[in-house]
Amino acid sequence: MFKKIIKATSFSQQEKIVERYMKEVNDIQAAGISRRELFKMGLTAGVGGLTTIGGGVFLPNLAQAASSSTSIISPPCNKPWTEPLPIPKTAVSVGNFTGPEADKGQCLEKQNLYNPGNGPIGDYEDFIEARADEHQRWDELGGLAACTKYELMAKEIDWNFYSLAEYPAFNSKVWTYVDMNSDSNGEFATGVLRLKAQYGSPVLMRMYNGLPKGDRDTQGFGINQCSPHLHNAHNPPESDGGPMRFFDSGKWWDYWYPNIRAGFASTHKTGTFRTDTANPKGLWCPGDWQETQSTLWFHDHRMDFTAQNVYKGMASFYTLFSKDINLDTDDETIGLRLPSGKYDIPLLFTDKVFDQTGQMFFDTFNIDGILGDQQTVNFKIKPYLTVDRRKYRFRFLDAGPSRYIELSLSNAAKFTRIANCGNLLPKAQIVSSIRLGVAERADVIIDFSTYKPGTVIYLENRLEQLNGKGTTGKILASSSKTQLLKFIVSSATVVDNSASLATLQTQVMVPMPDRTKNPIKIKRKFDFGTSNGAWNVNGKFFNPTIVSAYPIEGSQEEWTLTSPGGWSHPVHIHHEEFEVINRNGKAPAIDDLSRKDVVRIGDGAQGTAGTSSITFRMQFRDWIGDYPMHCHNVVHEDHAMMIRFKIVPPTDPNAGK
Amino acid sequence: MNKREFIKNLTGASLGVAALACIPESFAISVTPVIGNQVSRSKRTFPNVPVVTHEGKVVHFYDDLIKNKIVMINFTYTNCDGICPGMIANLKQVYKEFGARMGKDIFMYSISLQPEHDTPAVLKAFTELHKIKSGWTFLTGSKANIELLREHLGYKNSDPGLDKDNSQHLGVVKFGIESLERWGMAPALGDPKYLAEYIRWMEPNGSRPVLSEMMG
Repeated sequence: MFKKIIKATSFSQQEKIVERYMKEVNDIQAAGISRRELFKMGLTAGVGGLTTIGGGVFLPNLAQAASSSTSIISPPCNKPWTEPLPIPKTAVSVGNFTGPEADKGQCLEKQNLYNPGNGPIGDYEDFIEARADEHQRWDELGGLAACTKYELMAKEIDWNFYSLAEYPAFNSKVWTYVDMNSDSNGEFATGVLRLKAQYGSPVLMRMYNGLPKGDRDTQGFGINQCSPHLHNAHNPPESDGGPMRFFDSGKWWDYWYPNIRAGFASTHKTGTFRTDTANPKGLWCPGDWQETQSTLWFHDHRMDFTAQNVYKGMASFYTLFSKDINLDTDDETIGLRLPSGKYDIPLLFTDKVFDQTGQMFFDTFNIDGILGDQQTVNFKIKPYLTVDRRKYRFRFLDAGPSRYIELSLSNAAKFTRIANCGNLLPKAQIVSSIRLGVAERADVIIDFSTYKPGTVIYLENRLEQLNGKGTTGKILASSSKTQLLKFIVSSATVVDNSASLATLQTQVMVPMPDRTKNPIKIKRKFDFGTSNGAWNVNGKFFNPTIVSAYPIEGSQEEWTLTSPGGWSHPVHIHHEEFEVINRNGKAPAIDDLSRKDVVRIGDGAQGTAGTSSITFRMQFRDWIGDYPMHCHNVVHEDHAMMIRFKIVPPTDPNAGK
Repeated sequence: MNKREFIKNLTGASLGVAALACIPESFAISVTPVIGNQVSRSKRTFPNVPVVTHEGKVVHFYDDLIKNKIVMINFTYTNCDGICPGMIANLKQVYKEFGARMGKDIFMYSISLQPEHDTPAVLKAFTELHKIKSGWTFLTGSKANIELLREHLGYKNSDPGLDKDNSQHLGVVKFGIESLERWGMAPALGDPKYLAEYIRWMEPNGSRPVLSEMMG
């Protein structure tokens, strides 16, 4: 009789139950029933701890809210829209590293540096570089002299995801990337950071690991080893941040991001020209200009701990501009004239569960996928943004860990979508909603100039998802629960030098790369399956010594991914962007019509429909070495839903295998 | 009647004589309030229920088997002729990888999915047949307690049909360093050398991936 638990059957029903449950908890607290009395009733709620639930019969709504004995419900957000949206702060480059100079190979000098994670309160420590591999093509691409340098540290900061007005004492321990140059004392720490980079200017990002060591409390999850992956830059493996290339607190790694377009050393050795009205003769760049990328992000990728460490906070933006060919310039008066500067705002969506003290909770024993009952934007629950009456560029990122989202505006206005998966589209798409699987990105233009001052518009996620396995594909009715971010239109008159909306909606941006000159010689199939609850690819479990494919450098291949259904998988392939050729044997629909690095397969891939098969073409150019392909439902990834491929020269004995 | 009285009365009604009589002694464990520290988190994650070892010893799951230890956990049953024989053989290789550390600071637990059949004596015979050595303990217990462990440790299949079918049980090993609250999981049929390595990689002074071994 203690197990009378009624399972909620839909998101909205579950929400109602939770609401009723929270009322009960509030009533109990208001009534001043003692802990002892509560204890006798079979539950303890709220007071300074997780809401723990036992003996479900006593309070029916409570019993229903906890669909299993391990469920946790976050403290409610009763004061929405009282906190401004945190704007990711742009890291500031350094002229010279404070420590030893960087080189092609591993730096063998030590650097004595304060490690906030060392000992109970932090202490100085001799940092060493963990990277062992040399940077490929370092000298050819200008070496150290060409680099813009950054010094970042992965460390623990204090952060409040909730409204300060409602929970002034909440203080979540977040692990994130901090720009040491602009944040030396940590007082300006923003949860989500941003690096701005330009094509033609390589970046050398020195990442120190200053995560807590020893027996410091980790709030129950996460590991103090990191491997920041720049998703999905065209980078060599030693700077890619792969799952096995993680390093410990007290070490650093020099990540070298050449910011050069794919094809530069293979299919487009002599470079390409982009012409526009301002440059009728064209502007030259190395590689294929049609491989220009724009919105990337970097996040931890430590094998088996990616979900925990990214959930812990290690996720930031890397926005790559292309001023060299007068395209996406970071200046709204030139090039494509996209809204720029303070009108170019990245938005990171991630959902979390909090305990009653405001700490993040992560169930390390969950195997399906983690769903949070609080959805956050740039690490805030229900923030607001006062917008000027002009055009903005927002860069949406679904940072998971497992939730699919479908974004729309509460006034039913349409987005002008200019990029998919971080890649500028051939031409903008005018769409009323945008679905994103974990790690997928979308850049949109929203024009607030036509709204009256004081107008309120909400950015919403109305996609139903009931568990970590994936979305149902159902679109929920708009409600306070689906609202993520509140836009308030200000009365200020401001200049808008970006192109007119009509131009932004019609101008040619980046046509799809021409793949016809690189014939397909090899086709491969990968089936994402499961047996006895363990993920496998082509029937095999992940093994770090096994390389599943050896594409030849410079070649193009056709890969087909299949999934048996019952699950949703956003599959990510490192190294290059690919082009979807067909989905379920049919021509790709709008979401697939771009260069991509994450593709949704399985249930709810598009609409409510499942996808059993997807075929894409991908080139493997310029860099030699190993990269993974994995499910970006990071819980699945951590449970070995992954393979590795290795790009080899044509002379390699394994070439093409 | 004010609100406080109303709720108090409601409490009384809910805790009627019949209900009170039904509260088992162990009930107190599952309602321990959890606050934001490691002790309370561990209590919440790991039910401290009594289980019986293949040696016939009654032990508490958290206090005696998990607390401050490095552990590997899996679920199996002696009658299993599906993936279990392969799993046991593979985990014996993992055991070998750790050598003398097994039973010292690293422990392996195989929890029976058929506790009604797998009595301590049956488990004992099984361990003798398979030459299971110290540091690897087979566990059984009341059906309710085993179910509780299965639920808390994430061994329930979210597909109810598959969950009922023991032959489809989750063939994964969960491993962790309890004192550091580091937990991972891997397929039980994965490469045994790397199953051991995954644990060492989590240790502050353990080994680290050797990339040259992973280049195919």
